[in-house]
Amino acid sequence: MSYLPKSPWLVHYDASSCNGCDIELLACLTPLYDVERFGVLNIGNPKHADIFVVTGSVNEQNRSVIENIYKQMAEPSVVVAVGACASSGGIFRECYNVQGGVDHVIPVDVYVPGCAARPEAIIDGVVQALDVLEQKHKDRKKGAVGRV
Amino acid sequence: MKESLWILFAVLYVVLAPFIGGLIAGVDRKITARMQGRYGPPLLQPFYDVFKLLQKENMAVNKHQQFYVLSFLVFVVVAGAIFFAGGDLLLSIFALTLASVFLVVAAYSTFSPYAYVGAERELLQIMAYEPMVILTIVGMYMVTKSFNVVDIAAYDGIMFLKLPAIFLGFVFILTIKLRKSPFDISMSHHAHQEIVRGLTTEFSGKELAYIEISHWYENVMLLGLVFLFFASNPILALLVVAATYFLEIFIDNANSRLKWQNVLFSSWVIAFVLGAGNIAILAMLI
Repeated sequence: MSYLPKSPWLVHYDASSCNGCDIELLACLTPLYDVERFGVLNIGNPKHADIFVVTGSVNEQNRSVIENIYKQMAEPSVVVAVGACASSGGIFRECYNVQGGVDHVIPVDVYVPGCAARPEAIIDGVVQALDVLEQKHKDRKKGAVGRV
Repeated sequence: MKESLWILFAVLYVVLAPFIGGLIAGVDRKITARMQGRYGPPLLQPFYDVFKLLQKENMAVNKHQQFYVLSFLVFVVVAGAIFFAGGDLLLSIFALTLASVFLVVAAYSTFSPYAYVGAERELLQIMAYEPMVILTIVGMYMVTKSFNVVDIAAYDGIMFLKLPAIFLGFVFILTIKLRKSPFDISMSHHAHQEIVRGLTTEFSGKELAYIEISHWYENVMLLGLVFLFFASNPILALLVVAATYFLEIFIDNANSRLKWQNVLFSSWVIAFVLGAGNIAILAMLI
């Protein structure tokens, strides 16, 4: 049995979000939702984190940052794109500087819809990410290389 | 027969301290959450965290860092084992200091700017708490005329009554040692957004787990030192240990982090006034 789903630590990066999703994500840590009940910590260090939560769309400026954070995370790790912008580019999709969703840069495991995504939806997305995390752990044990 | 009992204590420490330390950490997180109006994680959460870290990929920055982190773990265990075997208190504390230095060297060896800031601050913390620790031991020596934990624990009468100011001073620097606010300048065990993660920024997976386990060992030994002040009455001593730890959690939640200048200055003033003051009065009485 793996202990990964019991202690998911997440690192949050605000790509070019309007801060709507960020505030909803931080709301998950407040006494009302208190995700620490499930062992979730917002750890702020990619090297310690298991789940990479990205909000906002990708542009030329933050592309390298997203790649950098993703590369620093220890395996097994999963990526959760929170909100319409992170999933597809959202209403900024057609902008001259926006390249689209986070999946243009790194492989995304779970997409959380919404503008802004509700805290319940974010928690649901993280819970779904835990299954992916468990699966990646099993694959790693079998010797399959997880990361593209 | 008496000696074999002390060796049994040391063995029990090496085997049981991680479990006790982990449980204390779990209670700590639960009480902290309740103080913040949250429900809090399960009691066994610190164990889940460490087991998870052991299952993660091993991402070392260089070859030496694992050696330094393991040395930190080994010397913390050695320090605690000397203490619980009833050995020399000075030797035990010096082994603990050596362990802290290994942690600092481990952080320096990663060449990360964030780890550097954490390491510098850890050195400042060592400078801040070390005088008070030494004065605590000196005070215990003056009361019992021995540096051996066996003799100090066998002192009949409550040592706290002779060393009240030293006890307060020790509780003060215990806040630094337990990495609690307002003195958690090198690394906080809360997931605050700070200088990334201070001292532990570059450690991941197994190494972070070792640091966490060492911290549990360290906490148990430090609480053992608190116990020593009331050793003649074990039940009272355990109550005081529990109350002290609760007080530390309360201080942790009621304060924000200080600048390093304030940490260093306040610790030295406390060491001089409470530590040296208590010893001076004791010297006059004797």
